[in-house]
Amino acid sequence: MGVRELTYGEAVREAIAEEMRRDPRVFLIGEDVAEAGHPFKTLLGLVDEFGTKRIIDTPISEPGYAGIGVGAAMTGMRPIVDVMFGDFITLTMDQMVNQAAKAHYMSGGKIKVPIVFRTTLGATRRSAAQHSQSLHAWVSHVPGLKVALPSGPYEAKGLMKTAIRDDSPVVIFEDKMMYRVKGPVPDDDYTIPFGVAEVKREGRDVTIVATSSMVDVALGAAKKLDEVGISAEVIDPRTTWPLDKDALIDSAKKTSRAIVVDEGYERYGVTAEIASVIADGAFYYLDAPVKRVGAMDVPVPFSPVLEDLTVPNDQRVFEIARDLCQKK
Amino acid sequence: MTTQTIEPRMELEQHLHMYRQMAKIRAFEEQVNELYKGAKMPGLAHLYVGEEAVAVGVCEALRRDDFITSTHRGHGHCLAKGAAVHRMFAELLGKEPGYCRGKGGSMHIADPETGNLGANAIVGGSAGIATGAALSAKMRGSDQVAVCFFGDGALGQGLLYESMNMAALWQLPVIYVCENNLYGEYTPGHETIAGDILARPRAVGVHAESVDGQDVTAVFSAMRKLVERARRGEGPAFLEAKTYRYYGHHVGDVNREYRTREEEKEWMTKHDPLQTLATRLMQQRLVDTETFDRIAADVKTEVEKGVEYALAAPYPSPEQVTEDVYSS
Repeated sequence: MGVRELTYGEAVREAIAEEMRRDPRVFLIGEDVAEAGHPFKTLLGLVDEFGTKRIIDTPISEPGYAGIGVGAAMTGMRPIVDVMFGDFITLTMDQMVNQAAKAHYMSGGKIKVPIVFRTTLGATRRSAAQHSQSLHAWVSHVPGLKVALPSGPYEAKGLMKTAIRDDSPVVIFEDKMMYRVKGPVPDDDYTIPFGVAEVKREGRDVTIVATSSMVDVALGAAKKLDEVGISAEVIDPRTTWPLDKDALIDSAKKTSRAIVVDEGYERYGVTAEIASVIADGAFYYLDAPVKRVGAMDVPVPFSPVLEDLTVPNDQRVFEIARDLCQKK
Repeated sequence: MTTQTIEPRMELEQHLHMYRQMAKIRAFEEQVNELYKGAKMPGLAHLYVGEEAVAVGVCEALRRDDFITSTHRGHGHCLAKGAAVHRMFAELLGKEPGYCRGKGGSMHIADPETGNLGANAIVGGSAGIATGAALSAKMRGSDQVAVCFFGDGALGQGLLYESMNMAALWQLPVIYVCENNLYGEYTPGHETIAGDILARPRAVGVHAESVDGQDVTAVFSAMRKLVERARRGEGPAFLEAKTYRYYGHHVGDVNREYRTREEEKEWMTKHDPLQTLATRLMQQRLVDTETFDRIAADVKTEVEKGVEYALAAPYPSPEQVTEDVYSS
């Protein structure tokens, strides 16, 4: 047992490979996943070990192979359905929302759908409006689905392994801008439980709840806040459902101020839900209203000067936190 | 139940068995209509009366462990695959002993024990699921076959073509059974279906044929060949069964302005599946009218007992509302 530095992408690949070795029912299906190793190269080499019967290239038919995954999951297999860009979940929605999410409940508990939808989120790759969205709020809204948002290489491996072992449908959103980010990853068989938030940095004055790559943004803001004498606590829910409400509320009670940062569109999104959870659970402890920071409510623009404006950054989070802490 | 070579006596028994199944479905559906008219059933139901030969002929060619996916007009499929009348009624009334503990209702009956992966209220929504069940059968090395029931309305759904394309590419043991009853809801097929229906599966290399869906022995013998073919690993097939629903789109569609009474009468008197089989067997002097009277009396009793059971059965307890949202 040891800990190595792996990239986020390597951590994902290691998780999938380990689970495929452990359980012959696990297979992966999607576009350009076999010999091509995925356009983001996250799956390189898997086909060499597991062959094309378990790493299955499909036509460009997201609804079709998503449905095939659901049917395979109902009948004894444990598929990982690869949806290349998070924007394409718009195409797989019926299979995720009306089929996978509901089969267990609608059948009175008789049908299980142990499926993982693996997809991406995150802007600033200069890919414009149809390849840059963070749509995890859409599926977080739906009872029957679990939603995981790994914020670094350690989480990428641990949450993927938990997702594959879960008997319910899980949608896991990897931040496509983080695939080359390195971090310590144990080489043993660890998993990260769903519904358990992690305090990434302890603090006294303000809680910053952050998801996915926004955890790094929050940690950057926390460093700047330190310099002006404000101690920020950063907490990563890791899954938007199940949601560790208690941990978020407890942190806000302790610091008496909270900001929620998420890369989804700000309106009707993850920030709104979490802010409401905190407002409801920590109301009498709060010194200020809960603030929300999401992606700007515009289609993601192509021009870099415009695109960068749409995504939360550490300076903006810093300023909001500083202003919040000056209020009494 | 699959019979490879049939002795004349066994053949008669099989025909009478199929007749009994069709009679049961008709009696069941007539009773459903009574429950609706008597305001004893919540919601609506889409009756299968007139189409009995399709479900029965198809399912007679299947084993218990073969899979089916069904539709909003699914009671006939579920019964033909082996579901019990009393638990079907219980589900339709939203009662605890129903197949889905009252959570699915008319359009979502699932019974994995008889290979029924669930009726689906999204038109064409199960094309992927059935194809995935076939992929799973192939991956697990079982010789199970999957059947996807859908109506002519589903010919408008892209998912069907994506699924058939992959089934052909991967030579999956799946049979797409199109119940062409001439109307998608309230719109005749000639307004929605361009070109030749069979040319569509054939374009992606799926073997396709049509059958008189009012003749149960024709459906059975066509289906038996397609099932054997699929079991041998020779790939998917498409069977168009030309059929007719005697009632409207659902029990509330009583005026049926979109079609003529003459057309209905023509189908009911000249193409009735029960009458067709009964007449044939009597002309061959294999049985007399008493045989059919006895079957009618038997299924009447079974249906009466079933509905009595369901009316007396308990509703789910309120705490069950949150059960089975997740399976883990």
